[in-house]
Amino acid sequence: MTFEEIKNLLVAKFGPEVILAENLQPLMPYVLIPKEELAAICLELHDNEQTYFDFLSCQTGIDNGPEAGTLEVVYNLYSIPFEHSFCLKVQVPRNTENEPLPEIPTVSHIWRSADWHEREIFDLIGIQFSGHPDMRRILCAANWQGHPLRKDYVWPEYYHDIKVPYEKHNEDNGFKGERW
Amino acid sequence: MNIPQAQLSRDKTGDGGVIIARLDDLLNWARLSSLFPMGFGLACCAIEMMGAYGSGYDLDRFGIIPRASPRQSDVMIVAGTVTFKMADRIRRLYEQMPEPRYVISMGSCSNCGGPYWEQGYHVVKGVDRIIPVDVYVPGCPPRPEALIGGFLKLQELIRKESVLQPKAVMKLMAEPKA
Repeated sequence: MTFEEIKNLLVAKFGPEVILAENLQPLMPYVLIPKEELAAICLELHDNEQTYFDFLSCQTGIDNGPEAGTLEVVYNLYSIPFEHSFCLKVQVPRNTENEPLPEIPTVSHIWRSADWHEREIFDLIGIQFSGHPDMRRILCAANWQGHPLRKDYVWPEYYHDIKVPYEKHNEDNGFKGERW
Repeated sequence: MNIPQAQLSRDKTGDGGVIIARLDDLLNWARLSSLFPMGFGLACCAIEMMGAYGSGYDLDRFGIIPRASPRQSDVMIVAGTVTFKMADRIRRLYEQMPEPRYVISMGSCSNCGGPYWEQGYHVVKGVDRIIPVDVYVPGCPPRPEALIGGFLKLQELIRKESVLQPKAVMKLMAEPKA
């Protein structure tokens, strides 16, 4: 199926208001959908015998920056028997400091590969996935503060008494010189 | 049979059977010819390290045989990128090694953070921020020859040591009291 056909199938099933925006640029056309409908749309795309998207190729979190004020998650779907693909995007507003992290429903019950992808997005971008079975950091240390791939992330000065930034490295670490 | 006792022992061991050496030289010789590194690697440098252990470069000929436990190791080769998550583990492993212990920092990442020196929020900018390093091997990754060169350098350092001047203890004594 082509991109248009899959989109029309979604409109017929969920109504036209489910397509918030679309981008038809040739490399990766996508539709922007509301996060409330995400799990239902993904389940439909997975189960429908015409689409049968049995493979979540990639799930990516993106921080659009404080000016844009949004975080987004991109879902690249692929159907192995039909050899067609589709791309969904979901946007949520950025949280400021002291606000709880934005939430997006999980798709890990549809594609098991989403389990670790969503943990990675939580770890690095800071988006909670509601309904996820095991929402904890996957890459950074468990007691790491903040989400490092946020555009406004500020490095810690120290982690467990280890200086984090590079500057004044030799002076701080007693570089012994050539003659030691 | 009436063979004198001295005659017998000379026949057994060749000529005389006494070697005189300085204690320092003997100890250092023993230490530097059986440097057992701890068998662990962190990233692509570890591939080169494994190549150096293998039959092609054959670190065995220097008496360098990887050990599976820090408690049996003399030298730690930090081969690869040290992340903050790994830093606590490396410090723990180093603390488990018995003295005298040595550290070879292998490759740019563990020397100074390497390609992650500026943007790598997750990388320790040099393993010498957590444990003292004896020899730095540059390269990204260093070839096995470079690692062998690092070991030869470490052997040179050990050759200069003296039991009467233990490096680690003297460093502790020299530190000003807090």
